[in-house]
Amino acid sequence: MTSADPAVLVLEDGTRYTGRAYGARGRTLGEAVFTTGMTGYQETLTDPSYAGQIVVQTAPHIGNTGVNDEDLESRRIWVAGYVVRDPSRVVSNFRATRSLDDDLVKDGIVGISGIDTRALTRRIREVGALRAGVFSGEDAKLDPEEQLAAVRAGRDMRGLNLSGEVSVSETQVTPAVVAEGETSLGALAVLDLGVKQATVNRLSERGFDVHVMPQSSTLAEVLAIDPVAVFYSNGPGDPAASQTHVELLQGVLSEGLPFFGICFGNQLLGRALGFGTYKLPFGHRGINQPVLDKATGRVEITSQNHGFAVDAPVEGVHDSPAGFGRVEVSHVGLNDQVVEGLRALDIPAFSVQYHPEAAAGPHDSDYLFDRFRELVLAHQASQGAQQ
Amino acid sequence: MPKRDDINSVLVIGSGPIVIGQAAEFDYSGTQACRVLRAEGVRVILVNPNPATIMTDPDFADATYIEPITTESLEAIIVKEKPDAVLPTLGGQTALNAAIALDAEGILAKHGVELIGAKVDAIQRGEDRQLFKELVLESGADVARSHIVHTVDEAVAGAADLGYPLVVRPSFTMGGLGSGFAYDEPELIRMVTDGLHQSPTTEVLLEESILGWKEYELELMRDTHDNTVVVCSIENVDPVGVHTGDSITVAPALTLTDREYQKLRDIGIDIIRRVGVDTGGCNIQFAIDPTNGRIIVIEMNPRVSRSSALASKATGFPIAKIAAKLALGYRLDEIPNDITQVTPASFEPTLDYIVVKVPRFAFEKFPSADATLTTTMKSVGEAMAIGRNYSTALQKALRSLEKRGSSFHWQGEPGSKSALLEKAKTPTDGRIVTVQQAFRAGATIEEVFDATAIDPWFLDQIVLINEVADRIAGLGKLDADLFVLAKDHGFSDAQIAELRGLTEQEVRNLRWQLGVRPVYKTVDTCAGEFPALTPYHYSSYDLETEIAPSDRRKVVILGSGPNRIGQGVEFDYSCVHASFALSDAGFETIMINCNPETVSTDYDTSDRLYFEPLTLEDVLEVIHAESKSGELVGVVVQLGGQTALGLAKGLEAAGVPILGTTPAAIDLAEERGEFSRILDEAGLLAPRNGTATDAPSAVRVAEEIGYPVLVRPSFVLGGRGMEIVYSTPDLEDYFDRVRDQAIIGPGSPLLVDRFLDDAIEIDVDALFDGESLYIGGIMEHLEEAGVHSGDSACTLPPVTLGRDVQQRVIEATRKIAEGIGVRGLLNVQFAIGAGVLYVLEANPRASRTVPFVSKALGIPLAKAASLIMVGRTIGQLVDSGLLPAHDGSQVPLDAPVAVKEAVLPFKRFRTIEGHVVDSVLGPEMRSTGEVMGIDRDFPRAFAKSQDASYGGLPEQGTVFVSVADRDKRAVVLPILRLHQLGFQILATDGTAEVLARNGIPATSVRKWFQGQEIVEGEPSVVELINAGKVDLIINTPSGRSARADGYEIRTASVANDKPLFTSIAQLAAAVATFDEAHLPIEVRSLQDYALDRARGAEVAAGA
Repeated sequence: MTSADPAVLVLEDGTRYTGRAYGARGRTLGEAVFTTGMTGYQETLTDPSYAGQIVVQTAPHIGNTGVNDEDLESRRIWVAGYVVRDPSRVVSNFRATRSLDDDLVKDGIVGISGIDTRALTRRIREVGALRAGVFSGEDAKLDPEEQLAAVRAGRDMRGLNLSGEVSVSETQVTPAVVAEGETSLGALAVLDLGVKQATVNRLSERGFDVHVMPQSSTLAEVLAIDPVAVFYSNGPGDPAASQTHVELLQGVLSEGLPFFGICFGNQLLGRALGFGTYKLPFGHRGINQPVLDKATGRVEITSQNHGFAVDAPVEGVHDSPAGFGRVEVSHVGLNDQVVEGLRALDIPAFSVQYHPEAAAGPHDSDYLFDRFRELVLAHQASQGAQQ
Repeated sequence: MPKRDDINSVLVIGSGPIVIGQAAEFDYSGTQACRVLRAEGVRVILVNPNPATIMTDPDFADATYIEPITTESLEAIIVKEKPDAVLPTLGGQTALNAAIALDAEGILAKHGVELIGAKVDAIQRGEDRQLFKELVLESGADVARSHIVHTVDEAVAGAADLGYPLVVRPSFTMGGLGSGFAYDEPELIRMVTDGLHQSPTTEVLLEESILGWKEYELELMRDTHDNTVVVCSIENVDPVGVHTGDSITVAPALTLTDREYQKLRDIGIDIIRRVGVDTGGCNIQFAIDPTNGRIIVIEMNPRVSRSSALASKATGFPIAKIAAKLALGYRLDEIPNDITQVTPASFEPTLDYIVVKVPRFAFEKFPSADATLTTTMKSVGEAMAIGRNYSTALQKALRSLEKRGSSFHWQGEPGSKSALLEKAKTPTDGRIVTVQQAFRAGATIEEVFDATAIDPWFLDQIVLINEVADRIAGLGKLDADLFVLAKDHGFSDAQIAELRGLTEQEVRNLRWQLGVRPVYKTVDTCAGEFPALTPYHYSSYDLETEIAPSDRRKVVILGSGPNRIGQGVEFDYSCVHASFALSDAGFETIMINCNPETVSTDYDTSDRLYFEPLTLEDVLEVIHAESKSGELVGVVVQLGGQTALGLAKGLEAAGVPILGTTPAAIDLAEERGEFSRILDEAGLLAPRNGTATDAPSAVRVAEEIGYPVLVRPSFVLGGRGMEIVYSTPDLEDYFDRVRDQAIIGPGSPLLVDRFLDDAIEIDVDALFDGESLYIGGIMEHLEEAGVHSGDSACTLPPVTLGRDVQQRVIEATRKIAEGIGVRGLLNVQFAIGAGVLYVLEANPRASRTVPFVSKALGIPLAKAASLIMVGRTIGQLVDSGLLPAHDGSQVPLDAPVAVKEAVLPFKRFRTIEGHVVDSVLGPEMRSTGEVMGIDRDFPRAFAKSQDASYGGLPEQGTVFVSVADRDKRAVVLPILRLHQLGFQILATDGTAEVLARNGIPATSVRKWFQGQEIVEGEPSVVELINAGKVDLIINTPSGRSARADGYEIRTASVANDKPLFTSIAQLAAAVATFDEAHLPIEVRSLQDYALDRARGAEVAAGA
């Protein structure tokens, strides 16, 4: 049996779910969201996009395979809090080096177990993602009114810029992985809005020298590394609160540099092209989301984690309101027709709302990194031809 | 691509009789396919000789052929119906093999019929071990090192390379038949010899041992546009070495990291692509070395499989239904997800619950069989349970087995740790309980892992369950918190009672007082992300219930639980029909069942589905939850076999209304004294009989009424523990053998009947509404009395019973129905010997023969019964047209004859020494399924039943005869006929002499026991059978010792797939068919037979 320490999850609407303390003891506040992946809790927890969020796992058993050093997506666990039903008491996997509990405690993540996660998920689905708090240890004993007040005093995800909390402070370079006798394509400027290790790996495998740059980088700083292309990563927060990143991107696009963005990067491309973004009621978080690639008519099963989406017409080709030529929605979510990808037709830029690096998740969308590489090669060829 | 417009009619091939490895799940998938195809406007032509199935109900196809699945019969159907396409991927290995044969013989090409669902080359790539292995290696994945062999010598050479132990797998066999581990050379030689025989391609694969590795399965679907989804991952709790069908399995996989899982997914998608399955599903099995993660691809099935049915029920993603749509050309993203209705089928279900499947075995039916689990599947059914966590799902699944000792328990001392660990090393039925006891005895997870190689995570869950048990048994107050803890780990009230020294009822009352009741969650494919529109529920002791209130009148139907010998798909047939009929009559139907193989647990079948164990506690909770809205009219218990019937008393005691025959009336039929009174009052006879509760009283009764006696425990199905006993020592021996099964005692006495030699058995299914009797059918058994009715072939209408006998049977049935107070179905078994009609037993419930009768005569008995239970009269049902005006007692002379033949699983079971178990039929039922042959007269119908069940009778060749003395007179005429037909006759000395005196030349051969040593130039009959030199074997045993005599002969026949007759009655029936054997098969659909009947009725009315 697991810990008998009481803990409570409080939603901003006053709903309380009592359970048992899990991970670190104390109090945490954040936006309650659910994720439906059945595997990959380690990748999920270390995905910076979850910063500021209290993540509810719909899969009941969590922690079975422990934690290892290979599956970390970043340097730490980012979720604000963690809600599970049945945490594992043992670790069973040949790669595991420690238990999930160990890492939750080490990174100070307050969690709660023994929760009817399905009831909670259905609640979030009905009312939308909402502010919440987990209280354990001494905080569990606080007056319920006091706990609720704390939750309601928590920050709202709308209008929140979290990039600074997750980004690197200095540029980090991962050299290209190239076959003997081949050379790298050149430097790729990755704006770290919450980038994952798997993304860096996929990009370096495609022959880029990957420069993961602080989110505060300026256009001049980006151009200073003489990039062959620019990449915007996933990340937490409201894209509407990231005007500097949008302006930076507009500068990059004006320079004619090839661009690829994923997740938050897709929302920022949308904004840079002049479209709006909006908050989804409860977001898409899971590794089973069907997306239609409109170019091929094929469906890919994607890994997703987003609470905001681009507001662009799904059908047809439209002019970029910001003057970057023609744009089309390239990928559409089949569950709810949400924009899942953008493609500029007159400039070398595209983006997807989901996670082609897929950690955790299926590898169906890995081809997008190839598409990016080809875009860069084609761009280089045309540049060469012009010169 | 949308639906193809060039497919307007499809021939769907079913899976034939229920056998081990291919069971009711193919009725589920085939039924789904038929429904989908018809909904798409396609004309559906179905062939399946299994009458117990729902798919063969004439409502599910435009033309339903209950005909053998042979090339000849399929071609006849193709010629007659001219389908555009054949769909073979939903009828298991049987259908796939039949399709390959049609293709190989050029029949598809000749008639311009396309194979849809899977192309022949894709089937070959998936099923041919060598091709498949190459393909896996090309994809960059790994396979076990192996050698393909075609001779025993090659096998011995291959083993020298691979080392022992190694795996032996015959190619193209179903359910892993013939495969297993060889630990040394003699074992290898025996297994390869058998395997080469069993493989249709005379091919066996030898493989490096991966015993103890973790085993996984993925269920995938792919469409014409290369969209591929993984519907479900399944993890075997029992590691490699136990057939998946015999393993405890869990969905989703619980001990994989995402990286490892995605590797399996990548490999799976790559393989389905390379194999070329592009309009359907497939299942791929993997093994993973737990120490380093090395992945090996074990095999794939390019079709809907047993696991697909499980995956469908586990996820709510209807694989067979989607496969049928893909076969018509649809893409996954063009098909909506049934459950959400707003999202497409091109997604991967995600679960927020755990599903556990446990196998149900029948080793008690084959006492001499080796109960060790191997890579040859031996289980006869399975139960599935859904829980919010593994411990709950596991405990619910174990109690769903309805088998004593199958659940975890904490009574008494567990025994010695070392002995338990030693026992746990061998995988057997119930090993999981041994493991639980070993933990009780102080074993550590490491020790149990060393003994079993079960993943430590699963082992810790058992430790957790034991810890919770300790808490329950502890001194603490049994309060709401403790109840919730217990219930959140799946403890039943009965288990809590055991731990607290209370009765189950006391525990339940206390729990209810404390308000601890389950809520019901929904299986929705998406973990709550989208609203579910399908009420497919399971219980959980969580916060929130999802049952939608309803103001309708509700009927609860109790299913029949896991399939077992004696209680199989035929009961599901009745439950499903009741659901359809009651739904049509305006009721809201609520199904409770725990069998994932069935149509009843398809969320499309009833208005609401509760996937729950069929125990009193679980059923009462569903009823409580459903009682909160609408009006609960009552519960149907008489269609779900003994499982449902057994709950009647408890439900009634709890105040739940039981529909139809009352529990008290049910008892009247079961209780010997009461039943005798009913017979006496009606002037009916039973064989002399008595009851006993222990050995001494049984001996007294038997000696008084005289041997031989038929003994049978009360309240059992399928003749459990039923035997013919010839002497007092035999009777004492019987008590010794059944002692540990605890089936005889004061509450459930042993029934002792005088056994009627040479009597004809008659089975009657009838409806009774309190006033009128409606005969469903009168069936005449071909085997003599003493062979269990489920194992005996029978004919409908009877072919040797006179009108007067039938009239006596009808009158007797009426009196019994009135005496018991039946409202609904009644089955009565009679025997007629020397002109005297005896009543053997009466069961006021659906019988195994209900679907057979319904199909043979076109009478929907189960539908009618369910409506009688809610108050309709037979007169009303006749007036409404549901029942034909003439009942099944009045079959016109020009009506077709239907023959039901049983299919027996002897081949699956081996003794510890490796021999096939004995195959003599007796009063204990051992058949797993049945087939029906229907044609214009008995010989043709019987021939079809033989074709469908055993691949048919020989048209010429050599016959071996060895009969008991009492049969020597009766055997002469049939053998004479065989002689005239040109068969060579071999016989044992005694039989040969009798034949010679009757002018039949017979060659005398040695029996096996006349000397085991091989005599050059003078082979024994067993050697001749093994050498393939005998085509038909007739061996009738008499008494115990003679039964042993013929054992080697019978097992050799079974092992070599030769027709074997163990009674003269069977032989006589078979001989009657030989004249027909050379005639081309004539096929006719049930719909055409129905038209004939309608015309006949018109003519009769007009005249």
